[in-house]
Amino acid sequence: MPTFGSFALLLALALSAYTLLAGGIALRQIAVGARSRVAPERLAETARRAGIGTFAATTAAAVALVWCAFTNNFSVAYILHHSNRALPGPYKFAALWSGQEGSLLLWAWLLAAYGFVLRLRHKVDVKLTAYASTILAGVQVFFLLLLNFAAMPFSLVSGPVPADGFGLNPLLQYPEMVIHPPMLYLGYVGFAVPFAFALGALMMRYPGEKWIHITRRWTMVTWLFLTCGIFLGMHWAYAVLGWGGYWGWDPVENASLMPWLTGTAFLHSVMMQEKRGMMKSWNVWLIFATFMLAIFGTLLTRSGLVSSVHAFAQSPIGTWFWVFLILVMSVCLFTYILQRDHLKADNKLESLVSRESSFLFNNLVLLAACFTILWGTLFPILSEYVVGNKVTVSAPFYNRVAVPIGLFLLFLTAIGPLLAWRSSSFRSIRKNFVMPVIAAGVMGIVVIAAGVHPWEIFTTTHQGSFYAFVAYCLAALVVTAISSEFMRGAAVISRNTGQNLFASMVQLTRRNTRRYGGYIVHFGVVVIFIGISGQAFNQTQEQEMALHQSVHIGPYQVECEGYSQDTNPNFDTEYALLNVYRDGELVTKMAPERRFYNASQQPLTVVSNHSTLAWDLYIIYAGKNPDTGQPIIRLFLNPLVAWIWIGVAIIVFGTAVALVPNMTAAAAASRVHAHAEAEAVTVQGGD
Amino acid sequence: MRGVARTGRVFAICLVAVLAMGASSNAARFDDIGHKLMCTCGCGQVLLQCNHLGCPSLSRETAELQSDLANGQSDNAILIAFQNEYGPTVLAAPMFTKFNMIAWIMPPLLLLLGIAGTVMLVRRWRLRAAGMPPVEPDPEIEKMREKIRKETEE
Repeated sequence: MPTFGSFALLLALALSAYTLLAGGIALRQIAVGARSRVAPERLAETARRAGIGTFAATTAAAVALVWCAFTNNFSVAYILHHSNRALPGPYKFAALWSGQEGSLLLWAWLLAAYGFVLRLRHKVDVKLTAYASTILAGVQVFFLLLLNFAAMPFSLVSGPVPADGFGLNPLLQYPEMVIHPPMLYLGYVGFAVPFAFALGALMMRYPGEKWIHITRRWTMVTWLFLTCGIFLGMHWAYAVLGWGGYWGWDPVENASLMPWLTGTAFLHSVMMQEKRGMMKSWNVWLIFATFMLAIFGTLLTRSGLVSSVHAFAQSPIGTWFWVFLILVMSVCLFTYILQRDHLKADNKLESLVSRESSFLFNNLVLLAACFTILWGTLFPILSEYVVGNKVTVSAPFYNRVAVPIGLFLLFLTAIGPLLAWRSSSFRSIRKNFVMPVIAAGVMGIVVIAAGVHPWEIFTTTHQGSFYAFVAYCLAALVVTAISSEFMRGAAVISRNTGQNLFASMVQLTRRNTRRYGGYIVHFGVVVIFIGISGQAFNQTQEQEMALHQSVHIGPYQVECEGYSQDTNPNFDTEYALLNVYRDGELVTKMAPERRFYNASQQPLTVVSNHSTLAWDLYIIYAGKNPDTGQPIIRLFLNPLVAWIWIGVAIIVFGTAVALVPNMTAAAAASRVHAHAEAEAVTVQGGD
Repeated sequence: MRGVARTGRVFAICLVAVLAMGASSNAARFDDIGHKLMCTCGCGQVLLQCNHLGCPSLSRETAELQSDLANGQSDNAILIAFQNEYGPTVLAAPMFTKFNMIAWIMPPLLLLLGIAGTVMLVRRWRLRAAGMPPVEPDPEIEKMREKIRKETEE
């Protein structure tokens, strides 16, 4: 099987290299009008088919690696280091992406899968798809070169083959770890598609905004995958790492956030190009930057450039990524310089107080947030280079610098929908802003009455209360602004149709899914901000607990009912049984544990969490006092954490709504289709 | 005039009372400074977030922090003492000194420059647009824009 896998990877490389070369030659011949023995159209078609073949070959390689994991083939070095016999089946599957070589294979496979879909749907726009397919093949060649020559997943162990493997890192033996990396990679890799279309459209001087229209759904789906990947990672960190938080501003976390920020900026600014023909250069560079940041993130994770708690070990493939990144940057820059006259804007901004300018500022703030994170991530290297001292840039830096930027972004989320395109009059601004501002004021009073003291920022170094206060006020501002948008439209429909307000809102959303789906996503973002701001009021305690001893935290009384230990082939475990009371009544039983994995000889904390809308009671088995044999329990009371996960669900729902075609447009499309069928006219695909 | 002075006095008393409500105790300072320091065991985590069982660095550093607080040292003095003992990487964020100042200044500076630049750009566009003849619209592109307008607006 390792030989088959290696062969499949070589074949994939040959096929993708053919797609790149034949596609490039064909497109060049078409562009200059040159003819040869083989018509360029036919050559391009062979390139497209080779691209489809790349998917088949890469799939075969990925299957071969998973097969090796399931059959405990420890002659393969990768399997030896990332699996063992007692490892449960789903984690053997996850071994595909739990190490350097496997995760690069997953990258290559997902890229091939995206390419496969793109090449199957080539009739959407044959020429533009041919350009995009060739560019994607270039990216594919890079990853397959890596897999064939620098990070080979099918390398064999030298000497005798061990009877069992070293096992999977215990931190990765968690159900979410089976979904989190593929989601993140789907996001990273997915941005290659709009990147390829943007670069292709620029190369061929494609007229208008059709490339954006074609890639809109690609970009949204990709963005959704990246969003889900980031939040699954947060949830995994919260549930597994056992330090009581979900985001540590680790370089690897930052690496995933940077392309998300530029991707979000792109999703907003393309609307200006679609509607007003503006920001063409900006959009092209935003998607270029997003793709390059996805590559840069992969470079950060794998090169050992920065210290991180969960980066892959330092390896020589960093040089490969640098070369690729410089190459991509050069191609983008060269193409842009050659074709920049094609990107002249059709319109200019007419007023600072308009929807367009709110998008512009939104982009500016998103990019400032991205720069802050990039700057914070790379500053230790810069500091070491300039003054010879490596410094740490961690949570306190980002809390002070990035949080205000995030709050400014929340403010823009509120005002954007209330401004009209082109220009807003003072009268309309006053009319639209009265209710949201009143709601924000009322929220401010309620929050202070509830015991939040924003003035603490002036008396202590604790900024949490102030930021939380601002976040709650802005949340009220945004929610009222969004609600008033829904209510205004729904009231009109309700008046005209006699439907109740809720049914009218549903109809309103179905008539314009992109706009109202977008508002739902904004609502989800607000809910996440509310959840994150709860962090300002976290409480924590640590106590060694004797049998039937109790500890109080917030409204809960936690009593130790017992403690014990257990063993199975995969791990040994110690755990405590805790009864949780509130107002004297038993609420739940919790059992935090600490495992010791036999194969990898590594410990793991298994957190026990009782989550409610108000707060999470998050308990860790910190260890056992060797003198008394009693468990040491660490308790956290983390307010509003559940809101973060609810917010993500709302974002997923909102994006799904935005992806659905408008009701009227769909009805019109079906009528057109029926008419076309009647006249026996072939209707070709579109987005 | 007397009314204004009285209102001013009441305001000042309220302000002092409000500010005093947030005065920090040693426990709050321990929590605050403990989150500004890194654990030196190599876990890469903030000191009070290190969850390693029996971590020697955690217990040593927290004991030192508690002792410094008990001795009445200021927050800044404690941070400098830790930096001198463990090196600059023990601080979870660079201090406002010399080269490190750049770390703090760059992001807000860039944002402010960006905002100023955008405002100037929009003003320039407006002036230029006022003096230019209207662009002849391309019917194909306008048709697509109309479709998009319908999709994104009522």
